[in-house]
Amino acid sequence: MSDTLLEVQNLNVSFPGRGGTTHAVRNASFTLGRERLGVVGESGSGKSTMGRALLGLLPPTAIITAQKMDFAGSDLLRSTESDWQALRGRRMSMVMQDPKYSLNPVMKVGHQIGETCRLQLGSTFADARKRSLAMLDAVKIRNPDRVYDLYPHQLSGGMGQRVMIAMMLVAEPDLLIADEPTSALDVTVQNEVLRILDDLVRERGMGLIFISHNLTVVSSFCDRILVMYGGKIMEECKASELQKAKHPYTKALIAAAPSLAHPRAELATVKRDAEWLE
Amino acid sequence: MIEVRNLNVVFRNGGTAMHAVRDVSLNIAEGETFGIVGESGSGKSTILRALAGLVPSTSDHMEINGHVAGPKRNRDERRFMQFVFQDPYGSLHPRQTVDATLREPLIIHKIADKDVKIQKALGDVGLSPQHRFRYPHQLSGGQRQRVAIARALILAPPILLLDEPTSALDVSIQAEILYLLSNLRKTYSLTSILVSHDLAVVAHLCSRIAVMQFGRLVEVISAEDLRSGNVRETYTRQLISASKGFSRDK
Repeated sequence: MSDTLLEVQNLNVSFPGRGGTTHAVRNASFTLGRERLGVVGESGSGKSTMGRALLGLLPPTAIITAQKMDFAGSDLLRSTESDWQALRGRRMSMVMQDPKYSLNPVMKVGHQIGETCRLQLGSTFADARKRSLAMLDAVKIRNPDRVYDLYPHQLSGGMGQRVMIAMMLVAEPDLLIADEPTSALDVTVQNEVLRILDDLVRERGMGLIFISHNLTVVSSFCDRILVMYGGKIMEECKASELQKAKHPYTKALIAAAPSLAHPRAELATVKRDAEWLE
Repeated sequence: MIEVRNLNVVFRNGGTAMHAVRDVSLNIAEGETFGIVGESGSGKSTILRALAGLVPSTSDHMEINGHVAGPKRNRDERRFMQFVFQDPYGSLHPRQTVDATLREPLIIHKIADKDVKIQKALGDVGLSPQHRFRYPHQLSGGQRQRVAIARALILAPPILLLDEPTSALDVSIQAEILYLLSNLRKTYSLTSILVSHDLAVVAHLCSRIAVMQFGRLVEVISAEDLRSGNVRETYTRQLISASKGFSRDK
């Protein structure tokens, strides 16, 4: 099996509307191996839309075009809804930002995790329970038997996020898209959740797309980074070399963030150039 | 300017009591920007609310702007302290124009020359006159936060309470708001308290910083100590290392 898990060439996503067409993603091309790819950008830069396009989760009004969108040998552009159903959850899945809104509030978390096993792997109820408990343990939840029977409102933010990661990883997908998985969490909890993601990704050899607006987190967690602005990929660089970024937008973003290590008397404001989008 | 000794806030709900702030003492000098950091539920916002008289609290002594502050505040005492909240989407009335939002505190406090004051407040926060009759949904997140700051400053308060004023904003917008805040505090020699979970933001604006955990004040350190990691408590050290990003070795 080749090392490339996902290959995207010239992906465009646009939303036609009364006031004209909104181009959410413009000519995005990248490849993903079994690595951690960070996608950073500000609100409205198209980073989440790109993630959703890869999972076929955009609304039917969205116009998606690409020269190539291949995932582990299958052409995503030609996928029908039933193809997507077979892929999503089983081969690729997505962790969303806020567990409060992404978990079913009237279903015990254990059953939510087990649902993937029953639907995607055809597990029996007993087997699904066993797998769910093992997965809760893998995301370092201390008392899996107790948490299995809890409802989402009884969980803290960090636990909710772990439950969501458990739910997404229980079918052992090849690709995980994490859309701001730690933004709603405290820094110390954030690092615990990142460590769990990191271990699982490494042990299972998954590809991870990590979408975030936090440069510090992305540069310390990922292997490679895509910087997006206005739906376009401005720059691609190694995470360790983010400080040496060349594109003026990336540089401006770094200069605008206050930093503990490098005090600045004044923060730079980000100047944008319309030419970047041409 | 602000002095509190042994501040306690307890929320009671039926039979259960939740001790949100335990024996916190603070002393904030005039013109100082004081920071409070801590994780969710550490009681940092509750301290601000207690100072503003928005939640019932008990303390041995609370003195604000030379006045001993009791549980009930009169109109003047409320004017001294103005609040800027975290969420610019939630803290402005959706059916009120910017003009109406800024006019309301002037009406309540019976202040004359309303139009002049409103124009000046808009100018102070870098909004143009054309924004005056817009509704919140017609403004961007950064512009809304500017309106919230203008609303607080229009009463010319000596004290500004900032509760996570930039956490809902993008880095570039955050930089603009932080720049605005540091200019305004110079122009109006404001005393302010900034609550945030972002150590870098707090270190950027504040000279002294209180670290909170489980409702208690862990320690008060200077911004230089925070940057250099010269701190006494283990918890502060954990917090600093966690905010420097993810590290694989441990």
